[in-house]
Amino acid sequence: MSGPSLMDSLFQRSLEDLIKGLRQQLIGEQAFISKSLEEIRKEIKSTDLSTKSTALLKLSYLSNLHFHDMSFAVFPALEVLSSPRFSHKKIAYHAILLSFHDSTPILLLITNHLRKDLNSTNEFEVSLALQCLSRIANVDLARDLTPEVFTLLSSNKLYVRKRAVAVVLRVFEKYPDSVRVCFKRLVENLENSDPQILSAVVGVFSELVLKIFSKLAPLEPRLAKRVVEPICDLMRNTGATSLLFECIRTVVTSLSEYESAVRLAVGKVRGFLVDEDPNLKYLGLQALRIVAEKHLWAVAENKEVVIKSLSDADPNIKIESLRLVMAMVSEHNVSEMSRVLVNYALKSDPVFCNEILGSILSTCSRNLYEIIVDFDWYVSLLGEMSRIPHCQMGDEIENQLIDIGLRVKDVRPELVHVARDLLIDPALLGNSFLHGVLSAAAWESGEYVEFSRNPLELMEALLQPRTNLLPPSIRAIYIQSAFKVLVFCLHTCIMQGESIAPSASLDYLPSGVSASASYELFDDFSVENGADATVVHGQTRASAPITEESIVDLLNLVELAFGPLLGSHDVEELGPVSLSAQGKVCLPNGLVLKENLSDLEMICGDIEPSSSNSFSFGNPNEEKDGLSFSSLQIKEDSEQPHESTSLLAEHRKRHGLYYLPLRKSEIISNDYPPANDPTLQGDINDNADHLVKLTAESLVPKRKPNHSKPRPVVVKLDEVNEKPVAMKQPESRDNSLSGAVREVLFGSEDILPTSSQSNLSNSSKRKGKEKQHTDPHVESKESAVGDGNSSSRRRSQGKERRQRSPRKKNDEERKDTVQKEKKNRSGRHKSIQRAEEPLKVPAQTSVIPDFLL
Amino acid sequence: MGIRFILMVNKQGQTRLAQYYEWLTLEERRALEGEIVRKCLARNEQQCSFVEHRNYKIVYRRYASLFFLVGVDNDENELAILEFIHLLVETMDRHFGNVCELDIMFHLEKAHFMLEEMVMNGSIVETSKANILSPIQLMEKAS
Repeated sequence: MSGPSLMDSLFQRSLEDLIKGLRQQLIGEQAFISKSLEEIRKEIKSTDLSTKSTALLKLSYLSNLHFHDMSFAVFPALEVLSSPRFSHKKIAYHAILLSFHDSTPILLLITNHLRKDLNSTNEFEVSLALQCLSRIANVDLARDLTPEVFTLLSSNKLYVRKRAVAVVLRVFEKYPDSVRVCFKRLVENLENSDPQILSAVVGVFSELVLKIFSKLAPLEPRLAKRVVEPICDLMRNTGATSLLFECIRTVVTSLSEYESAVRLAVGKVRGFLVDEDPNLKYLGLQALRIVAEKHLWAVAENKEVVIKSLSDADPNIKIESLRLVMAMVSEHNVSEMSRVLVNYALKSDPVFCNEILGSILSTCSRNLYEIIVDFDWYVSLLGEMSRIPHCQMGDEIENQLIDIGLRVKDVRPELVHVARDLLIDPALLGNSFLHGVLSAAAWESGEYVEFSRNPLELMEALLQPRTNLLPPSIRAIYIQSAFKVLVFCLHTCIMQGESIAPSASLDYLPSGVSASASYELFDDFSVENGADATVVHGQTRASAPITEESIVDLLNLVELAFGPLLGSHDVEELGPVSLSAQGKVCLPNGLVLKENLSDLEMICGDIEPSSSNSFSFGNPNEEKDGLSFSSLQIKEDSEQPHESTSLLAEHRKRHGLYYLPLRKSEIISNDYPPANDPTLQGDINDNADHLVKLTAESLVPKRKPNHSKPRPVVVKLDEVNEKPVAMKQPESRDNSLSGAVREVLFGSEDILPTSSQSNLSNSSKRKGKEKQHTDPHVESKESAVGDGNSSSRRRSQGKERRQRSPRKKNDEERKDTVQKEKKNRSGRHKSIQRAEEPLKVPAQTSVIPDFLL
Repeated sequence: MGIRFILMVNKQGQTRLAQYYEWLTLEERRALEGEIVRKCLARNEQQCSFVEHRNYKIVYRRYASLFFLVGVDNDENELAILEFIHLLVETMDRHFGNVCELDIMFHLEKAHFMLEEMVMNGSIVETSKANILSPIQLMEKAS
């Protein structure tokens, strides 16, 4: 591209042309934009500053509204910046503001420009530079330009000074050391009579102060006491709603100990709540929520309004009122509340319905279900919730069902009942949101089958044909549970004293059962083994006597259901794990693996390892190809050592690679754990329940087995309380800043050792300033709560502050200016809000050093 | 701090003015604007003017064909921000005389300048219309 031709500069499009052109393009907008971008690139290289600046202007426009990258214009922007013409400078700064950021590479180059402009005599230039600095400042810029800002803080021109103050915060943020330099000037500005400066300074302080204060609770009762009266007056008399709202908010957040103030605030909030304006309703609800934590009576008073808002047209309001309702929930009313809410949920749109359900679930499960006394009712509520048409909270319900089942032993019967209801219903199987719930139901019905009233029914439910709609992982759980139920039924059957010879029962087994589907009952279901089982059966409430025929039916059913599965590729084969892979499994801490299992002798030597119901899935007479439904390759029966060990030996021969190194002595020992399930090591105490539980563990995500205490006392796990850690985060940013401020305040004195103490004194410093801030507001209320009071009190606090007299003077000056201020309402609001919010002031503990050192 | 951004969006969702007080990349801006605009424009007259978005709030108001959206921190007074929006509109009205969307579109840089006079570093520094407009009028006279 040759240099700019006459044609180019003659016909440069101005911004207006660009915009007009753009608007005229109905379809070819992108093309037009790219063409313009091309032009701009050309123009911006021109040497004529005007051309450049127009190009820059156009580019800013495009970038701002059409998201085009303008990083190529960085250099030209700087060039335009050096133009003597103000308009060019303005354009350049504008462009810079839009496009520069911390990682712009040539940010350093701008330092000199900024410095020049900051020192210029033209106040507008200065303000331009300040504005720019405020947005793009980074550490280097802040550091380099601190001296200039410092000078400007005491500039003669109001316009400049105000902006300098506003910039100061940003500079502080980026470069905390600058605090040392600028702070005093900043504080001096506090005494400035001009309201604009004042509000700017107040703003800065509120920002600085707010973050520190927000962590320290309202500890300064004296200040609060003084301020309460004026605020209440304000609330009563003001016509400005926003001011009213601010007062309300202040009262409820930081002055909540003052009953009268709170009552007044709540009264006003009620006014908000019944107002037509949805804005006010929303804000009223929010304020009520803040109050609710300490003053539940306030919410109770307004209960009807809140519940009415649940059905408001505005979703925001609905959600707010829902949160409020949740805040009102306690032990006594949780069931009615949930009833009401579930009714609402049924009538509402899907989004809100799920909101409601979600909040019910989270509130009830908070702190390990501390709010729930009647778990039976809650469990049935969970079942009901799953049936709500729009419910998408399946996962949460699933978690809670399983969680409650584990922790609360007494509720298990009811749980099984609910599970049965869920499993029986074929319609639920089609709903994909409910799969989680169904899997939980299935697991629980298998796990706690002894509590069920009709296991046969359960079995049928688990095996119904529509279960093939479920995804494989959930079907696996169904199958597991089906087997658990079956085992249980068989136990009951045997225990009920049916005197059939086991071999006879075997005859009933259809002979054509395929290899992997059959399982064998070894000859003795020894009674000792039933020692545990009888305990279990004592609790059985089987209403349907489990007869021999029913068992046979069950078995037929099982075979029918699972037969086709075997050929399907969904069934996964759990292969053996190779030695090297086993080697890669890292040991958990504290687990000491021994070379052999001789220690087990000591532990379990007295227990007869003669558990005789071991199920091996796989007909021993037929070839084992390693297929098994689950890792239920459990223990060998002592009665049949030869058969089982020969099986084992056979398997070892074929898959020797995958077995752990052989210990000769243990090859025939019954303590030898199944080769491919290292988790079962050490667990040799078999009986059906344990076996079943083990399989459950391997399929269901690991949950720590809890022993629940008798009552609906919910079991807690060892959990580390993590809350204190989170508090650290917001402080880290402030620490550098507050550290710097601290240093400034204490000057050369020793800094107090503990951070909290120094924070306190830091904040007590703040409090001093806060008192200054609040004075104008206090006085604006004609009820001069006492300039005299305040200063005498401060005097009495025992630390001399030299600026007391000048402060007093300033207070009076401010009184006059305050009336003028009233006109600029928004700004005032801002400053009032800023000043009043951090009224939570800490206790004044220690030395208040004079900052006019 | 305080105000995070100010947007002016028309009814079709096109941004007419965007002023950010914290740095966001172009992609982020685009995404942000898309999300917010969608949320706010979908609301009707009866609903309240505050929307919660991520960890801050959006206060918005509609004037004729233009939506004014201000993103603020959570501890800001929403009603005060509404008043600020109104002040902004009044100021522009005073300057342009019966301001409409077209005015803002064609004189975008003036709108930006006005905004820069009023808000600095996320806080409102000037609320007097006279004070805001005088530098701008000076500038126009000079050029």
